[in-house]
Amino acid sequence: MAMVDDRELVDAAIRGDRPAFEELVRRTYLDSYTLAYRLTGNEEDARDVAQEAYLRAWKGIGKFRGDAMFSTWMYRITANTAATFTKKRSRLRTESIDEIGEPAELRYDNQPSAMFEAADLLDRLSAAVDELPQKLRQVVVLRDVYGLGHEAIAEELSISETAAKVRLHRARHKLREVLDQPGDEQSGASAHAV
Amino acid sequence: MQCEQVHELLPAVIDGDERNLEIELHIETCLRCQAEVARYRKLLRAMSMLRTRYLEPNPAGLAQTLAGLESELERSAVRAVLSGKRLAYAGAIGGTVATAATVAAFVARNRKRGLKLAG
Repeated sequence: MAMVDDRELVDAAIRGDRPAFEELVRRTYLDSYTLAYRLTGNEEDARDVAQEAYLRAWKGIGKFRGDAMFSTWMYRITANTAATFTKKRSRLRTESIDEIGEPAELRYDNQPSAMFEAADLLDRLSAAVDELPQKLRQVVVLRDVYGLGHEAIAEELSISETAAKVRLHRARHKLREVLDQPGDEQSGASAHAV
Repeated sequence: MQCEQVHELLPAVIDGDERNLEIELHIETCLRCQAEVARYRKLLRAMSMLRTRYLEPNPAGLAQTLAGLESELERSAVRAVLSGKRLAYAGAIGGTVATAATVAAFVARNRKRGLKLAG
């Protein structure tokens, strides 16, 4: 199915073609999982959120209008699923820094290996994003990493646009401190390029 | 306009949510604010680069998701069969009730007619 483009697969999936939908899952899983991980902060939750997001996508594929890419549609579903998931979780326990999992192994794509400085900055930034409080992290990841609009973010997280903007600015303010810190040679030691 | 005021409003201006000529003019003539804008843009560029920095999932994750879809499809099929059966049962019951009502009405009419003839 490598020659078939996503749009054709989506059309087939809308007609009930499950293998076509499974191919879409294979093509976008890494992206959706990465987003789920960035939103939830740990591997197990990310896996559950990604699974639930694809189940929702399969049930709602008929509503996909095709005015955006399938992967972008999946971002919104994943964001919404993660928001529901973390709300449920927060009722059960209060999150502490200790409970946030270790960073997963990293795969560096499209990144020239000679750019040590940039890689170091990204390492520090990624770690800083992971350490943000969940509410700030969700918004800044969806907006600045995945490019979702304020309206879409507000809708998927069930918050007002104003709240989304306030959280975004707070998150950026915290992250900008990372840029001011000098690079740390050890910061990327735990990350393994694959 | 003070630099601090500009810094406060900078996010909305850079995001394009707001156009503020006064701020733009201030930035054009203020090296401190130009540096602030540069730092802000650097952050946004770096954040967008995280987009292609994938986190490697456990290989079981994809398999688990596909298996979940499979189970969901089976459940949907079972639900469809059950709801089909429920419809059939409802149809059968409805039909029986309608037939019984027709028979009852027919019997009642015949009984009336029989009483008139006898009278």
